Amino acid sequence: MAAELHVELVAADRSVWSGEANLVVARTTSGDIGVMPGHQPLLGVLESGPVTIRTSDGGTVVAAVHGGFISFADDKLSLLAEIAELADEIDVQRAERALERAKSDTDAASERRAEVRLRAVAVR
Amino acid sequence: MGAQLRVYKRRIRSVTATKKITKAMEMIAASRIVKAQRQVAASTPYATELTRAVTAVATGSTTKHPLTTEADTPGRAAVLLITSDRGLAGGYSSNAIKAAERLTDRLRGEGKEVVTYVIGRKGVSYYGFRERKIEDSWTGFTDSPTYADAKRAAAPLIEAVTKETVEGGVDELHIVFTEFVSMMTQNPVDNRMLPLSLGAAKEEDGKGEILPLFDFEPSAEDVLDALLPRYVESRIYNALLQAAASEHAARRRAMKSATDNAGELIKSLSRLANAARQAEITQEISEIVGGASALADATAGSDK
Repeated sequence: MAAELHVELVAADRSVWSGEANLVVARTTSGDIGVMPGHQPLLGVLESGPVTIRTSDGGTVVAAVHGGFISFADDKLSLLAEIAELADEIDVQRAERALERAKSDTDAASERRAEVRLRAVAVR
Repeated sequence: MGAQLRVYKRRIRSVTATKKITKAMEMIAASRIVKAQRQVAASTPYATELTRAVTAVATGSTTKHPLTTEADTPGRAAVLLITSDRGLAGGYSSNAIKAAERLTDRLRGEGKEVVTYVIGRKGVSYYGFRERKIEDSWTGFTDSPTYADAKRAAAPLIEAVTKETVEGGVDELHIVFTEFVSMMTQNPVDNRMLPLSLGAAKEEDGKGEILPLFDFEPSAEDVLDALLPRYVESRIYNALLQAAASEHAARRRAMKSATDNAGELIKSLSRLANAARQAEITQEISEIVGGASALADATAGSDK
């Protein structure tokens, strides 16, 4: 059996997803990083962007993460984010509307959030 | 109906109405405690993971960061006080305020200048009435705080901490809130958030586990820079949620005793009303008997 790592994706106010995975890809401030079982202990700052989790049963979980941290040690990986949403939870139309609105208001932060949401859905 | 009896009846009616209100408030508060407790539980994983990460960076690296090292001569301390927006919660707000006062006195005794930040209308009006200076205040969300509220309150505090003391920054950050122990017990507590006391952070973690040597991405300083504001936010968020749960618990208890007291009052008032009614009846009977016998005497006299 291939080694597995335990993933906890937690937002500030709830636990979003947890389970076993083979590979987690996330975007840190210095570039995309992929973590597999047995990786060296790591603590990094996340950019807002989609996080891809390849679960051990072959599935893929994609989540939109807005800022936060990745920490990995002893085959346990935690993704901490202020706001995190699974791609399945994202309402595409709402995100598109939010993007339009953010563009017209030139609100860079919410434009970015909406973009990340849409990208996470697209990756799925 | 006699005047006395009417007064009693009126008072019984008004106390019954009050009792209904307090009973309703008690039940509302009771249902909200459960919700608030659930929120506290939901926010715990984030808080513990974050504390773990902060401890790991602070112990695992030799970085000197203004937020983890104690100033040699701390000159200024910020105190964040969490009270409620609404009253009718017994001693909830005043206990928290008292704890903040004690902390302020202690800090002043240590020669530090204290700047106060207040959350909740009760605290704001307490300081406003005494014309004490509040650096900043936030109101309107103590019933059910969200993470955005915590972020809003944390922003100026983090800014103050990162600034140099001479430019109006602070060296220490304290938080005073009411800790939710159980449905019956809530304690006002004061905690020092910054500079981090690593011993405390480790104890919070509970296990005293040995943390691995982390690889930092991009670097330990950057990670710490990004981590500490989040840490402060999450601590404030957790404190807000606990305070909300405590507020509801305190309100439930206060309203329960108010309801009980109203019940007692109604009971004693109805006793008095019954006695008044009985006295009235007795008086009426004796009046009738007296009148009848006077009439009988009069007729007996006229017969002779």
